[in-house]
Amino acid sequence: MEALIRGRLALVFFVLPFLSLLGTPSYVSSQELQIINAERRIDLTSHIVKVFLTLKVENTGTSPASEIILAFPPTQVEHLALLKGAATVGKRKKKNYVPLDVNPTELPDGPNGTQFFSISLLNPLNTGESITLEVLLILTHSLEPFPREISQSESQLVYYHDSAIILSPYHIKEQTTYIKTPSTKVESFTTVEPTNRLGTELKYGQYDGRPPYSFSPIIVHFENNHPFAVVEELVREVEISHWGSIQITEHYKLVHGGARHKGIFSRVDYQSRPSISGASSFKHLLASLPPRVHSVYYRDEIGNISTSHLRTDSRKSELEIEPRYPLFGGWKATFIVGYGLPLQDFLFESSDGRRFLNFSFGCPLVNTAVDKLIIKVVLPEGSKDPSAVVPFSVKQHLETSYSYLDVIGRTVVVLEKENVVPEHNSPFQVYYNFNPLSMLVEPLILVSAFFLFFMACVAYLHVDLSIRK
Amino acid sequence: MLIAYGEESRNSNISFDPVGTGKSVNEASSSGSCAEDLEGEALLSAVRSASGNLSQDCVKTGKALYPASSLSPGRGKCSSNFSFRPSGDAVILGCDKVPSYISRSVAGSYDNEAVAIFALIFTFYLYIKTLNTGSLFYATLNALSYFYMVCSWGGYTFIINLIPMHVLLCIVTGRYSSRLYIAYAPLVVLGTLLASLVPVVGFNAVMTSEHFASFLVFIIIHVVALVYYIKGILSQKMFKVAVTLVVTVGVAVCCAVIGVLVALVASSPTKGWSGRSLSLLDPTYASKYIPIIASVSEHQPPTWPSYFMDINVLAFLVPAGIIACFLPLSDASSFVVLYIVTSVYFSGVMVRLMLVLAPAACILSGIALSEAFDVFTRSIKFQLPGLSGNSHSGAGDTSSGSATIQDNVAKADKQSSTPKSEDTLKERPSRKNRKKEKEHVEKASIKSHIEKRLLVLPLEASIISILLLILLGAFYVVHCVWAAAEAYSAPSIVLTSYSHDGLHVFDDFREAYAWLSHNTEVDDKVASWWDYGYQTTAMANRTVIVDNNTWNNTHIATVGTAMSSPEKPAWEIFNSLDVKYVLVVFGGLVGYPSDDINKFLWMVRIGGGVFPHIKEPDYLRDGQYRIDSQATSTMLNSLMYKLSYYRFVDTDGKGFDRVRRTEIGKKYFKLTHFEEVFTTHHWMVRIYKLKSPKNRVRGKSKKSKSNSKPGSTTSSKSGRRKKNPWH
Repeated sequence: MEALIRGRLALVFFVLPFLSLLGTPSYVSSQELQIINAERRIDLTSHIVKVFLTLKVENTGTSPASEIILAFPPTQVEHLALLKGAATVGKRKKKNYVPLDVNPTELPDGPNGTQFFSISLLNPLNTGESITLEVLLILTHSLEPFPREISQSESQLVYYHDSAIILSPYHIKEQTTYIKTPSTKVESFTTVEPTNRLGTELKYGQYDGRPPYSFSPIIVHFENNHPFAVVEELVREVEISHWGSIQITEHYKLVHGGARHKGIFSRVDYQSRPSISGASSFKHLLASLPPRVHSVYYRDEIGNISTSHLRTDSRKSELEIEPRYPLFGGWKATFIVGYGLPLQDFLFESSDGRRFLNFSFGCPLVNTAVDKLIIKVVLPEGSKDPSAVVPFSVKQHLETSYSYLDVIGRTVVVLEKENVVPEHNSPFQVYYNFNPLSMLVEPLILVSAFFLFFMACVAYLHVDLSIRK
Repeated sequence: MLIAYGEESRNSNISFDPVGTGKSVNEASSSGSCAEDLEGEALLSAVRSASGNLSQDCVKTGKALYPASSLSPGRGKCSSNFSFRPSGDAVILGCDKVPSYISRSVAGSYDNEAVAIFALIFTFYLYIKTLNTGSLFYATLNALSYFYMVCSWGGYTFIINLIPMHVLLCIVTGRYSSRLYIAYAPLVVLGTLLASLVPVVGFNAVMTSEHFASFLVFIIIHVVALVYYIKGILSQKMFKVAVTLVVTVGVAVCCAVIGVLVALVASSPTKGWSGRSLSLLDPTYASKYIPIIASVSEHQPPTWPSYFMDINVLAFLVPAGIIACFLPLSDASSFVVLYIVTSVYFSGVMVRLMLVLAPAACILSGIALSEAFDVFTRSIKFQLPGLSGNSHSGAGDTSSGSATIQDNVAKADKQSSTPKSEDTLKERPSRKNRKKEKEHVEKASIKSHIEKRLLVLPLEASIISILLLILLGAFYVVHCVWAAAEAYSAPSIVLTSYSHDGLHVFDDFREAYAWLSHNTEVDDKVASWWDYGYQTTAMANRTVIVDNNTWNNTHIATVGTAMSSPEKPAWEIFNSLDVKYVLVVFGGLVGYPSDDINKFLWMVRIGGGVFPHIKEPDYLRDGQYRIDSQATSTMLNSLMYKLSYYRFVDTDGKGFDRVRRTEIGKKYFKLTHFEEVFTTHHWMVRIYKLKSPKNRVRGKSKKSKSNSKPGSTTSSKSGRRKKNPWH
């Protein structure tokens, strides 16, 4: 945390000279792009911070521009879970969003520490044209609890740090920032005129004509009793059996990521005054599972946990689970959720004869941030040339695991990603070659073993082994 | 009457054992019944070969070795051959579902007794097998299975005392043979050597009195063997001289050895017997001198209903089985009788030893049942014209005659709704035996056939009796299924109750253990009463101060003392033990009777046994244990009371304890040295943390303002040193 603050300070000090160096010609300005209108909406209602950025960019230069650069302070990039960009096409009523590629990039003369992302446009932006971009930014661990430790009866207050002015390599003509807090209880906020507070919304701006790399740090201190459910590590094992089922086992290491619980825990207070006592704690979690799920279990290392409910319908299954004890700040729990799924819903054959698994990435728990997600796809024995197609960058490697009656072992495709949010719940594919005959290997092993055993018995009963006749 | 502290049922004590989690229920039950079937089978063949081979040996060896006085070969052979064979099946039917066994395996977890009973019965089987065959191979196997038993359970002392008793019985009744010698001598030598390899036993195998009986009999059997040997090589007259000589020398040697043993034993304070064994011989011993043994409810004497619960109708069939064993008495059947008599005695001393009684009861009631079926079916067979017409006349082909009798028995068994597989089970050995037996069966069976004709019962009576017996067996099955489902299959760590809105689960123990394992530091130590020691170790993965291993009495007494002391001395004791958390079990809110308040008097007794400043009368008002306003101030100020009832009055405003059915005595109080860190959903487990010493000193300095600071701290230190039982 300290390093974080130091980094932030460094950034502020670093940005300040830039503020003084207004009008210095730079690489960016040579592109002659400028933002006519910027609107930013920051949603702080849960512990996952969502920032919606709407930029109207105009090319005032001479040459067409094919990419647009976004700049973020390093503290935000550290906690950045997801960054998506889209171009708006069409008029008000028939708006369409065309997703665009967003890639990290380097600028030679950007302020040191500022991180850049470039959005590649489908068609280069010609001189005088303008385009509207929608950018979604999702941050985790960006709400810093203060006070760091609270007792059972206190509610949880958090800090949110940001800049009132959007950090950008371009000149921004006019910009507004809206911050939405979960309740009207806001302890304090930095005022950068003009600043308004109305109900649960804070409005910064409108600011006109800010030069590139303008920065104005703000702090919002507000109440947020939303359950800070953080999964420190989630291991999802997807085991494919070509005999007709997919078995999924998910190992959770759950922690309450909010302000740490301090002092005593009184069950009397917790049970008799649930609204006041332990407002930031949580005891329920909701997992949305695919439809047609079967044999669901919920347990931990010391056995079944009986507090869970499963609701299924044709479109989705909802599993409501309750950890063994309510989770207060800093308390941890580990548990395992497992279920089976019918094979035909998730395994398909592609046109070139390869098989592929189409499964959802991400964590099934609703509104939960995952610090480290490991997906292990256990392919059936005898499958070859596995390759995974994931819509975002993940670490990949292969392993071998052994199960019952395995001879050569099963290939396991391991996908690792850090900082996963519910928005990552998009499908990914694992392609592999599989010969259906290898399904028969294990039954044949069993059959031959039993056959040999019975043959041995028959032989034993028919051969007289006695020495004396 | 004290309030219910001794009344926890025995399955509440299963909770003292850690529950394994790996296996599924199905797996457990199937493998369990397999093991039990195996035992039944072993017994079947043991008893069968006992009777079969014994008579065979008598015929073979004739009168050479030993006057066949009590054995009447003819009758003994036939009747026993036919009656004992199906008894094995009946034993299996009894054994595979006897509730006493089922109580030892719950949901995939096994007590070591579940393994040990198999080892026990297997040892007995091999002993009898050796006794019948005189084979050194089986004798060696016997020693190995004895080793297995020693590894699995402390109850092995039962074997090493029962077998010598039987050997002695055989010698006294003039049944000494070389087979007996082979069955016994290798067992003692090899068995003792192997037993001393087990770390827990070690030199106890030769040092403690539990094993001395076997050595004594070992000497006696050698003396007897010598006598028989000398008798064989000497003439009649010389033998008489030799007898007097040997007897005098033998007696002298025996006396000398006994004298040495007595001197050795008398030199040790407990007379060389461990506390548990002494409490077996003298049931009042433990409650007088060793509260830690008496405090375990499994070590209490059973009540009559618990016999009915655990072995059910077998209890009524056992006497009949004993009678059947005396017709005729063989080495094997005398062993069975000795086994049942001793195990009945031991089970009367301790509930837990009902487990040893169960197989014996199964064997004997199996014998009784098959004997009864034998008699009844024979009566029916001789009276039904159709059936007797079918069978060959007794005077004709003898071997086929015996075969038809066997067939009839098989039919009778089918009637008694036994599984079909028994037919094949029975056929196999009978086919093998028949060849051997052919020669000597012939003459005898004619005679027995006539004898049997005289023993018939009226037709109606035997039909009704068979029906009644089948009904009895059906009741037994129904009872066993009920007992297994209702009483013995619930893991005591998860409690359930039925209310109008369905099943309610009390999973508080695991809630607390899971909390401890996830939210405390790895090297934090947890203090609780020793019942929860293994559970905490296994489920919460934390170090405990005392656990279910009761070898170190002092530790348990220290925790008992802390629980019985007021807050401050208790804090000092716990702090000196480096304890961070104290766990108490409290059932007052939901009515869970085996909680720590009900066990509290044992903590006082055990603590007082080592630290005399804890006195039991201080906690009793006029000899009554109570927690209401009449309770003594020592009681109301004890740590256990405070930790159990802290803020309990806030739940309903009165503080009504549902287990003790009374309002608590002291309702509003604050904790000064402990703080509540976790309480489970139903309040069944409460976990407190020791306040850090810094806070405590500050609180103290506030109180004693006049005292100079350095003075007060030194005095507190010296005060702690005085009261701390560790210094």
